[in-house]
Amino acid sequence: MDIYTETILDHYQHPHHAGALGKPTISTTEHNPLCGDVIRLDLKINKDTVEEIGFVGNGCAISQASMSMLADYVEGKKISVLKKLKPKDIYNLLGITISPGRTKCALLGLNALQKNLH
Amino acid sequence: MQNIKSDFPILKRKINGKALIYLDNASTTQKPKTVLKALVDFYSTSNANIHRGIHTISEEATDKYEEVRKKVAKFIGATEEEIIFTKSATESINCVAVAWGQKHINAGDEIIVSALEHHANLVPWQELAKNKKAILKIIPLTANYILDTDAYQKLLSAKTKLVCVTAQSNVTGTITPVKKIVEMAHIVGAKVMVDGAQSVGHTPTNLTSLGCDFFAFSAHKMMGPTGVGVLYIRSDLMNEMTPFMYGGEMIESVQEKSATYRTGHWKFEAGTPNIAGVVAYGAAIDYINKIGLKNIADHDKELLAYAKKMLARYPQVKVFSPSKPQDTGAVLSFAIDGVHPHDIATIFNDHGIAIRSGLHCAEPLLQKLGAPNGTARLSFYIYNTKKDIDTVEIALKKVLKIFKL
Ligand SMILES: Cc1ncc(COP(=O)(O)O)c(C=O)c1O
Repeated sequence: MDIYTETILDHYQHPHHAGALGKPTISTTEHNPLCGDVIRLDLKINKDTVEEIGFVGNGCAISQASMSMLADYVEGKKISVLKKLKPKDIYNLLGITISPGRTKCALLGLNALQKNLH
Repeated sequence: MQNIKSDFPILKRKINGKALIYLDNASTTQKPKTVLKALVDFYSTSNANIHRGIHTISEEATDKYEEVRKKVAKFIGATEEEIIFTKSATESINCVAVAWGQKHINAGDEIIVSALEHHANLVPWQELAKNKKAILKIIPLTANYILDTDAYQKLLSAKTKLVCVTAQSNVTGTITPVKKIVEMAHIVGAKVMVDGAQSVGHTPTNLTSLGCDFFAFSAHKMMGPTGVGVLYIRSDLMNEMTPFMYGGEMIESVQEKSATYRTGHWKFEAGTPNIAGVVAYGAAIDYINKIGLKNIADHDKELLAYAKKMLARYPQVKVFSPSKPQDTGAVLSFAIDGVHPHDIATIFNDHGIAIRSGLHCAEPLLQKLGAPNGTARLSFYIYNTKKDIDTVEIALKKVLKIFKL
């Protein structure tokens, strides 16, 4: 079972949407106290749509790649659609099997997004 | 240390199709067959509550339990009256913070802790200091990961009431000069709490010669069961301490609205303890005595040197370890720039290797070491071999390959 696929490593080493936004509509920071992983997630929202997304993070390959892939998905989507995202959708994006010990890493980005949208 | 692996049933396990290589001994150690047998035997033949029944098996259980108290005392150079059974090193330290600290620490007093402490020997003192408006001071490290004893000397004063120090770090493996630290503290009249969780199962301990006031450790880090801890309190200090918990066993006599308490170590053991665990812990001490602590310490040193030499072949790897072997126990932390420690641990696990990664319950220390994401940690015990370290090297090469380093 190899979770370090080329795609995941590429997102980890060259994250998409990296960097804070100049004037975010909302911004939250999400921590994983167990391992110290952290993501600050900024969203620029226009009416009902996420127009722009940016994040600053520090953590393991799984948490950071997962955030980067989620960010690709989020940009341009309607809030009502994003609110419906489930852990399963994140695992599908990642395309790997996540062991119970690493679910918190995989879902850190999703948790940050959900915190922002509520 | 030939054929020792066969004494440990769990080491026959396969992880991801590979033989389990257990290198997370600083977290907890594996248990030999004799300890497992002692647990089953106790529950099969002598299970009863202690110190209460006058029936045969209650007396047997009491004898077996008290036998281990003597064994522990002998193992660490103390007397049995100075040994209190708790559930863990953490509980032992908290007991001192409450039973001694509440009474003896006042506003403006100073508590000194070392920069190497596990949260278990740091957070209880932060809390006590906060509640009593006392001041917490930290002994810094040198660039070589050892305690700066000159800086410690400067922190000591008549205001110092307590010094808390680990005998061995669970992150850097640093062995601290406990005897010297105690002597220096006693000159200013301060008491010393030593956290022996990482040292007791690896190197001989003689508390009479160390001279410390309190000493705490856990059975599970020395091949005993989980749920058993030890607290040593020097006998002359018992009377100035209040009970830590109240209930059965620790009382002398109870009326409806008041009670009197037993003296000595009895007043700290309220309620039914982990009787079977303590009895099986006795088997763990027997096992260690049979191998010999000196042999264990030598084996640790040999593996540590071998592992350090291996890691030194990879310039991408940074180790956090004192340079001198005599300053270092069976723990070796390292980090790789560009790879999170959890990712190292995941790839190691694919090779059947169990290691700890992250902050090791010592967050302030990891910040100071410049490793805010933590480290990957190899920690050894008697059943580990050089071959285990060779497998670590294979896994390490895989990490570097995956992350293109
Ligand atoms: C140095 C040190 N002190 C204290 C502890 C706490 O031990 P326990 O969790 O058994 O109470 C540990 C265990 O991780 C340790 O390594």
